[in-house]
Amino acid sequence: MNPFTLHRPSAIDLISAMLASSSDPKFLAGGMTLLPSMKLGLITPSDLIDLTSLPAFGEISNEGRRLSVGAGATHAAVANERRIRELCPALGRLAGKIGDRHVRNRGTIGGSLANNDPAADYPAAILALDATIHTDRREIGSSDFFRGIFETALDEHELITSIEFEAPERAAYAKFPHPASGYALAGVFVCRGDSYVRVAVTGVGSDGAFRLQELEGKLEAQFEASVVDTIDLSALEFFEDRHGSRAYRENLVRVMARQAIAEIAAVDGA
Amino acid sequence: MTRIEAVVNGKKVTKTVDDNRLLVTFLREDLGLTGTHVGCDTTQCGACVVNIDGDTVKSCTSLAAGANGCSITTIEGVAHGERLHRVQEAFHRHHALQCGYCTPGLIITAIDIIEKAQGPLDEATVRQELKGNLCRCTGYQNIVSAILDAAEKYAMSSVSKVA
Ligand SMILES: Cc1cc2nc3c(=O)[nH]c(=O)nc-3n(C[C@H](O)[C@H](O)[C@H](O)COP(=O)(O)OP(=O)(O)OC[C@H]3O[C@@H](n4cnc5c(N)ncnc54)[C@H](O)[C@@H]3O)c2cc1C
Ligand code: FES
Ligand code: FES
Repeated sequence: MNPFTLHRPSAIDLISAMLASSSDPKFLAGGMTLLPSMKLGLITPSDLIDLTSLPAFGEISNEGRRLSVGAGATHAAVANERRIRELCPALGRLAGKIGDRHVRNRGTIGGSLANNDPAADYPAAILALDATIHTDRREIGSSDFFRGIFETALDEHELITSIEFEAPERAAYAKFPHPASGYALAGVFVCRGDSYVRVAVTGVGSDGAFRLQELEGKLEAQFEASVVDTIDLSALEFFEDRHGSRAYRENLVRVMARQAIAEIAAVDGA
Repeated sequence: MTRIEAVVNGKKVTKTVDDNRLLVTFLREDLGLTGTHVGCDTTQCGACVVNIDGDTVKSCTSLAAGANGCSITTIEGVAHGERLHRVQEAFHRHHALQCGYCTPGLIITAIDIIEKAQGPLDEATVRQELKGNLCRCTGYQNIVSAILDAAEKYAMSSVSKVA
């Protein structure tokens, strides 16, 4: 790995001076994407600012049904946290399916969102939950945050501090994992509240995760898995690669959507 | 350079390391604890898994400097003197290894799976939890049997979950 200087700030307001004194700094959260890229020499930052030493950076709290998840919350923490289990269990189950137990112990929700891998799981949840992303400078709505593959609305060295959302009445996430990497070949997150349904898809879009508005409208009228058969996906930009053709991925989106809808409907029926 | 103070396998260690030193290199080369292996270097295989403050971590994708103030357990730290850890015994009994390359990471992982299990472990859960540890030799069957056997023995022991 290239030589660099490691900084371990004990407070957020110490970070700007560290950034100013470095030629090419990068934030380090769980390191589960950053360190492998550095080991391969794909990026060679001069300085790493380790966020894991910031106090309360991974804190999870709630006010009523409004949940706030610190950017430094690990996937394991999101999977196991009592408040998330009670208020938004689908998000916990999503986190519990990321990577493997060692990756979940280190990887963070903030790092995953900042990275915006087109096959990552969290982007589907953040879009469907209509979450707000808080940074050290502003708030960004989920619909403005994702800007294409590995691209977000974050400015250079803008720090995600937390993610906030209103827990939906019901939610479910269905993912078809790539058999080798475990990332989503297709993942569909469905949220249902009093007067709305939101559906978001990861793994298939050539611009990254997206909302599936046609399905949302139809599900608002009739919340049934069979509705999935009536939607038209042909106008959406899918990517194709050796892991799956467009037709295969389209079918996966339908199968995952039906699974997520059926899971919610089953809870209703119980 | 960062000065680190950590407890490794119960012993206090103080060293100054380059900021870009990986934890696995620190353990193997600076401390001579070569039981922790590097299998893939791409964060896939789990041969490098160690336990840091109660959680399993891939040490090939952790910085040594990040271990400052932590307590680390490697495969060298699980036996009690001459007496093997009961998970090691179970691996021995079930012949759960061939070349043994993956075994240190698997044992550290298996201990953690058993200690964190909420209730009795079943085969499906063990297989799922082993996702981050690859074995090229065994086909996993004997590894899974060994873990289930060790888990049962833990459950039977009312004294302590350790060793
Ligand atoms: C074997 C393996 C399997 C995986 N499987 C999956 C999977 O199935 N699904 C999935 O979704 N992901 C998967 N991942 C990715 C994993 O979720 C990573 O944890 C995640 O992509 C990066 O998060 P991190 O906290 O490790 O960030 P890091 O690697 O530390 O950082 C990633 C990037 O984000 C920036 N960054 C980090 N935190 C912040 C912040 N708070 N504000 C601004 N920028 C920040 C960093 O500077 C860096 O550019 C896998 C990874 C591995 C190694
Ligand atoms: S060497 Fe660390 S995961 Fe393979
Ligand atoms: S015993 Fe050879 S890799 Fe597992």
